[in-house]
Amino acid sequence: MKLNNFTFNCGIFKCLAIGLASLWLTLFVFFPSVLVMITSFLTRDPQNTVALPVNIANYQKAFDPLYLQVFLDSLTMSVLATICCLLIAYPFALAISKLDKRLQAIALFLMIVPFWTNSLVRTYAIQFILGKQGLINKALLALDAIDKPLQLMYTQGAVIIGLCYILLPFMVLPLFSSLEKLDSKLQLAAQDLGANAWQRFWHITIPLTMPGIVAGCLMVLLPSMGMYYIADLLGGAKNLLLGNVIKTQFLNTRDWPFGSAFSVLLMLLLAFMLWLYFRAAKFANKQGGLGDANF
Amino acid sequence: MRIFSKLYIALILSLIYLPMFVLVINSFNQSKYGIKWGGFTTSWYTKLFNNDGLIQAALNSLTVSVIAATAATVIGTLAAVALHRYQFKGKALLSSMVFVAMLTPEIVMAIALLIVFISLGITLGFISLVIAHITFCLPFVIVAVYARLKEFDMRMLNAAKDLGASELRIFIEIILPLILPAVISGWLLSFTLSLDDVIVSAFVTGPGYEILPLKVYSMVKVGVSPEVNAISTLLLVVSLTIVIISQLLIRKDKTQ
Repeated sequence: MKLNNFTFNCGIFKCLAIGLASLWLTLFVFFPSVLVMITSFLTRDPQNTVALPVNIANYQKAFDPLYLQVFLDSLTMSVLATICCLLIAYPFALAISKLDKRLQAIALFLMIVPFWTNSLVRTYAIQFILGKQGLINKALLALDAIDKPLQLMYTQGAVIIGLCYILLPFMVLPLFSSLEKLDSKLQLAAQDLGANAWQRFWHITIPLTMPGIVAGCLMVLLPSMGMYYIADLLGGAKNLLLGNVIKTQFLNTRDWPFGSAFSVLLMLLLAFMLWLYFRAAKFANKQGGLGDANF
Repeated sequence: MRIFSKLYIALILSLIYLPMFVLVINSFNQSKYGIKWGGFTTSWYTKLFNNDGLIQAALNSLTVSVIAATAATVIGTLAAVALHRYQFKGKALLSSMVFVAMLTPEIVMAIALLIVFISLGITLGFISLVIAHITFCLPFVIVAVYARLKEFDMRMLNAAKDLGASELRIFIEIILPLILPAVISGWLLSFTLSLDDVIVSAFVTGPGYEILPLKVYSMVKVGVSPEVNAISTLLLVVSLTIVIISQLLIRKDKTQ
């Protein structure tokens, strides 16, 4: 983006339209990312938060068995949440895609509304279901299935439920948008050739909706690693998610370089998964999912 | 088969709404611990409105959200128009920055912005919050407006241009009225995103400037309490109203 390009062949309006957003994103998205990368190679300093000697000690520390375990554990939590989400959302999106148009609009509307409402408040509300005095325990006690309330809160299970609950729409929308594009003639053709319902699902529906599946998984997995307040509220004060680790490094331990190294690793993971996504999209030779999820 | 899939949809949707429903009911429950129904009361709400710290935090939040949503909408709308209409150097770079900004986990954006504010010497507080909120709202506005722009006929813009209209005039008299529903819903969604944000705000706010989501977060961490139920219900009602308005705008717009 060269300045002379602007002054010679564009009016004020065009310059402004292009310039404002470019400037903003460069200053507050691109530049910060570069700074995080630089910080991750610096050393912690009690006075100025970061100081020179450039080194890779932070990465060595991140791959130290202790932290590697934390990294893997939190990744496991996020992956489990993503799998749960996919298993719940796929039949849901499939069922919605088979509804008639009017009901479909209503179901999607009801799905999208919580997507934009306060997720902190919704996480808090889960306590009414999972808590010692929550609905599940009360129901089980009333049915005499248990003698004393189950400990459902402050467990890894609760965090996974919370992540699924908050992130479900992110999975449903890309799945729906690729299911909607399926050509029903393929199903009929397969049926004529003697494929049963399961074979049709496994050999046609699943491969053709692969971009939606991968996009949905990405859109759940990526935010899930950072949502530290879900782990704080439902999992107790343990470093269950990568977000909690990064937050502790920045706001409590004040080891910015190490926290930055962790987020660079997170970004690398993101880049890897985006690569997988584009591979999958290419494989199905069809756009769908990330680019045109309807939000 | 049909009936099973409908039942499944109903089941999932009711599971989604159940916790929120119990929360709202409990905010009117006289019984302090929400174990049993102790009768209807609005006293938790009265208590809330007498809490000066909370009211101040709410006002601060509203200020940040209105400014951030407005700025994000202006910048984002212009950017969407630029990406849609113009060919320019760095266009691919701009759109990939939008893509990256949208996919970056909030926690990463939070620390990146914190580092930038510290190194540019921007004091943590009001200014840093507004900048951060504009940044995470921007991609959503761009995507919403861009999606709307893709739908309409480009030829009338060329006609206007042939008749000698300036770019600014084309924007104000033709493009803006056509994309207005998307612009408004972009603003509303930015406003709710900003009003609800915990992750980024926790990093970029300073000690002198309290905002509502963080205040609620510190209350919520302690556990279930009737005041939290009441404030959560209010927040829920605000964002539900805004979302419903914005969704209706999009829908009405599509049916026309």
